[in-house]
Amino acid sequence: MAATQVVQSEWTKIRSVASTVWTLSLAAVVTVALGMLISLLSADEWATMSPRERLSFDPTFISFAGMSLGQLAMIVFGVLVVSNEYSTGMIRTSLAAVPQRGTFLFSKLAVATALAFVVSLATSFVAFFLGQAMLGEHSASLGDAGVLRAVLGGGLYMTLIAVFSMGVAAMLRSPMLSLGILMPFFFLISAILGNVSATKKVGQFLPDQAGSKIMQVVAPADNDTPYGPWGGLGIMVLWVAVALLGGYTLLKKRDA
Amino acid sequence: MIELEGLTKRYGEKLAVNRLTFTVRPGMVTGFLGPNGAGKSTTMRMMLGLDRPTAGDVRIDGQHYDGLRDPLKYIGALLDAKGMHGGRSAFNHLLCLAQSNGIPKSRVHEVLDTVGLTAVARKKAKGFSLGMGQRLGIAGALLGDPRILMFDEPVNGLDPEGIHWIRTLMKSLAAQGRTVFVSSHLMSEMALTADHLVVIGQGRLLADTSMADFIRQNSRSYVRIRSPQPEQLLDALSGAGIIAVRAVDGALEVDGGKPEHIGELAAQHQVALHELSPQQASLEEAFMRLTAESVEYHAHSGPPGAGRPDAVTPDAVTPASRQGWGSDWKKG
Repeated sequence: MAATQVVQSEWTKIRSVASTVWTLSLAAVVTVALGMLISLLSADEWATMSPRERLSFDPTFISFAGMSLGQLAMIVFGVLVVSNEYSTGMIRTSLAAVPQRGTFLFSKLAVATALAFVVSLATSFVAFFLGQAMLGEHSASLGDAGVLRAVLGGGLYMTLIAVFSMGVAAMLRSPMLSLGILMPFFFLISAILGNVSATKKVGQFLPDQAGSKIMQVVAPADNDTPYGPWGGLGIMVLWVAVALLGGYTLLKKRDA
Repeated sequence: MIELEGLTKRYGEKLAVNRLTFTVRPGMVTGFLGPNGAGKSTTMRMMLGLDRPTAGDVRIDGQHYDGLRDPLKYIGALLDAKGMHGGRSAFNHLLCLAQSNGIPKSRVHEVLDTVGLTAVARKKAKGFSLGMGQRLGIAGALLGDPRILMFDEPVNGLDPEGIHWIRTLMKSLAAQGRTVFVSSHLMSEMALTADHLVVIGQGRLLADTSMADFIRQNSRSYVRIRSPQPEQLLDALSGAGIIAVRAVDGALEVDGGKPEHIGELAAQHQVALHELSPQQASLEEAFMRLTAESVEYHAHSGPPGAGRPDAVTPDAVTPASRQGWGSDWKKG
């Protein structure tokens, strides 16, 4: 079984269902549009800000504010790519065609990750440039220190969110169960843990909070995170690796 | 050729498939028969490497399924579930399967043509009727031009035209020298298509025989007699060494007896007869009897056949057939 055959097959699968197009375009549009809106509001707020707030004003990070919502569409993309196989019964047909389950899963993940990366990177650049346009005189430029890293990091962050979701979906199989866990996890629990001082120490090791450090250029005033931008991304990669390993292990030993 | 060797699948306490050993041979249609829940689908999933056997082994042309390079070129299967993404077009469904096994795109058009779906090739599968979905599944099975084909309940829910089409297709595939393995819970359907028969009940092998042998052994022939003097008749019969059994409606049944002989016997003893007719039990009855016994064996340890609604005695199964496939499971 040549892996290239399976990759080709997975590409046909992913491009021939409607959910791919609508989840990815929703992720891009929401991220960019919300980022522009928040950038515009932040620019208006500048006049009323304290000097301390102005010191930690991070125009790059602000232009990525839309990701908090856009990443939910990315989660849906990641979940559906994997769990569609189970919810439709396609998994049996797929595994009968490709009985090497590792080849099957990692070809699928490779194709979906590559596609997510292209969309995420483009989204990140567009969100940055349009966000900066809204920020006017307070904007950052791509040549400033750390900015290019943050913009590339934005693309990596969104991609990793999608891959993490694929791993979780590979473990749970059901799309509803996967979304029911991932959506509140990223939208509520992470935010709550991060905002309560007692749990902040724990919250900052969650995949989204750690990973989003890569998009920060100016550190917040009360910054006490024990890791830097790449360290944060590394923590997120660990989460993703664990999810993928779990998904692979279960697929390997489970009956289809 | 598919070879099963002591194939076993256990789900917790329940043995879904119990030490199945048989071989599916090329050049004929092998029917895989058993009541619902007998373990047919589980067995088929194990053949395809989808479910892992608890014990035992199954080989496709001598190899394990996951050792096959491009398995669709060896074995094509239609499973009971719809097995396709409804949002994907028929063409793309087949294309992704073809690509995964290095099958050229032109073959996708060929199989679409074979199953008569060319006109709807670009339509999404979720809009398909049951029959069209079944045809698409069969197209997928034919894709790699495999030597072995496997169909799980292919005629379920189909209209007569669809059933006829599948029957003809299976026969022509077998005539080309391919191995065709088809499951069903309907004996009548199997009688029309299968050359060989594998019967299971509660996961156990009950019969592995040619269709012709099965018919010969199981179409029980008996003589049905009604008389206003049943006691005298019974005496006369037992005097001649003939065992008669009382049926539910009061008639007497004599297994394998000759009507001429019984008639003359009745005349000698001056017993009036209201009916004297040779009877033939249907294959469906034979199948139900076969599988019912496997169920009853597990339900209670009384004599097999006790309390059966059709009042057919255990002796209804001919001694030859018992030795053929019944002897070991009754002991076990």
